[in-house]
Amino acid sequence: MPEPLLKLAGVHTYIGPYHILQGVDLEVPQGGCSVLLGRNGAGKTTTLRTIMGLWGAAKGEMTFAGESLAGLGTPQIAQRGIAFVPEDMGIFIDLSVQENMVLAARSGPFDKDRLDWIFQLFPPLKTFWSNPAGTLSGGQKQMLAVARAVIEPRRLILIDEPTKGLAPAIIKSMSDALVELKETDTTILLVEQNFAMASHVGDTVAVMDDGRISYAGDMVDLARDTALQERLMGLTLEAHQ
Amino acid sequence: MTKTAIKPRIERLSVLEQLDTRAPVLLVPILALIGFVSIPDPSTWLTLTAAGLAMGMMIFLMASGLTVVFGLMDIINFGHGAFISLGAFAGFTVLGALSGWIESPSVAMNLGAVLLAITFAMLVTGVFGFAFERLIIKPVYGDHLKQILVTMGGLVVTEQLIHVVWGPDEIVLARPLALQGSIEVFGAAIEKYRILAVVLGLAVFVAIRLVLIRTKVGLLVRAGVQNTEMVEAFGYPIRKLFLVVFMVGCALAGLGGIMWGMYQENITAHMGNEIMILVFIVVIIGGLGSIEGCFIGAMLVGLLTNYTAYLVPKLALVSTILLMGVILMWRPQGLFPVVKAH
Repeated sequence: MPEPLLKLAGVHTYIGPYHILQGVDLEVPQGGCSVLLGRNGAGKTTTLRTIMGLWGAAKGEMTFAGESLAGLGTPQIAQRGIAFVPEDMGIFIDLSVQENMVLAARSGPFDKDRLDWIFQLFPPLKTFWSNPAGTLSGGQKQMLAVARAVIEPRRLILIDEPTKGLAPAIIKSMSDALVELKETDTTILLVEQNFAMASHVGDTVAVMDDGRISYAGDMVDLARDTALQERLMGLTLEAHQ
Repeated sequence: MTKTAIKPRIERLSVLEQLDTRAPVLLVPILALIGFVSIPDPSTWLTLTAAGLAMGMMIFLMASGLTVVFGLMDIINFGHGAFISLGAFAGFTVLGALSGWIESPSVAMNLGAVLLAITFAMLVTGVFGFAFERLIIKPVYGDHLKQILVTMGGLVVTEQLIHVVWGPDEIVLARPLALQGSIEVFGAAIEKYRILAVVLGLAVFVAIRLVLIRTKVGLLVRAGVQNTEMVEAFGYPIRKLFLVVFMVGCALAGLGGIMWGMYQENITAHMGNEIMILVFIVVIIGGLGSIEGCFIGAMLVGLLTNYTAYLVPKLALVSTILLMGVILMWRPQGLFPVVKAH
């Protein structure tokens, strides 16, 4: 079996006095999209932030492409090819769309073909290229957040609830963009509450509960097993449609 | 990808909202106009306006570092005044060593001495800022109460160090010959030194704006002021940027210190601490973290102080507090609020 791109073993994370991650074991295979599901407060966002080094793991091991992430700060983790799209999108609202993208392109000027590909994925970004990002709508901000993550080739993108609060048409657009994105060399680890979207995009799935992984397997198996969905998440795919 | 029905949409500001956004820029000319109407003699008004702008520029030099440091690093540095004093004393040392230059009738030698004094003051305060950040600030990132306490402590220690090196007495700081006296413009006497202060302040403001707008470092600073975490998530070591910005902020305080010292023509170890009230008022009026706000706030404070000192001397001391109160009632976050991620 090939070595996973990202592996978490027994990871514990505290936020202040709260013990949020209580021994997370997670493997993200190379390529495709892995989805992290779970109820609110299960620890999904904390898992992504712990991987990025934004919250330090108190215990456990994290390896990326065979290299330990222990002791690395957030910039060093990002420099290894991991991009992060946070739940609040992290848009610099006083900067223009272009300036947001310039910042994300750490290694230098844009690759024109890649920028054209992004404009094809998210046309509004081209339209509002010179506008302050703060004036974009919620959906456009989410497009910008994902676009920043892919402006340069990344090995892994962590995306936290990209459909939160978005209109159905935008969710469909975002879903299609992620499907297209995972056909590149980029691996996606997606945290998502919208199970319909998650099952459309995801190849593998892990379900979190109370700071641990309670299930891991192929998305296709979970998507067709309503009893399992009910047991793991208290909701079924049908309930989302 | 499937072309779903997403129509480009953007939230445009109404004309009134755009006016409200840009209104702070008009405050300085409005205040100058009020001064012009209130002061009977135009030449007196011109003298007071020049004095106010010069004072404002020097306060801007001292305050600009503080506001950027707060905006980017979320550091409340009550020790900022120490760098103002230190800059003044470092500059004094150079001017003392170059007494032949400042007493020379040559304008070039006079300005050369000032330039060297400024450079040395900025260098000393920048290096001292490095040590200050590493020893005092770094251990208390994210804890405002501790920041206030330790930076106050740092201020006291620095003032005592100044006493040790330069002595406890007030020192007279003579301006070079070329910067003494005044010139007459439209019948108004304008001190030469104030012209230098205005030119230098404007140059620093333009330079800071250019760096912030035209360079990647500036882009990082502007982004870091809004969301430090996200800048790190892009792979930029923001802690190193913090340190550089802190050093630059301290160097600007040092520049303001030597300029203020020459303006007052005397320096003490407490001079920085004494001017910090005005510096804090300017930073709060402008909006914490905003260079543009800091610049306009400093101009307002400089002009208002001079106008009220002439018109209603008893009000001069409280006029800036009143100004701050009025502006905060209008804009509770300051003239140019910086939106930070939470």
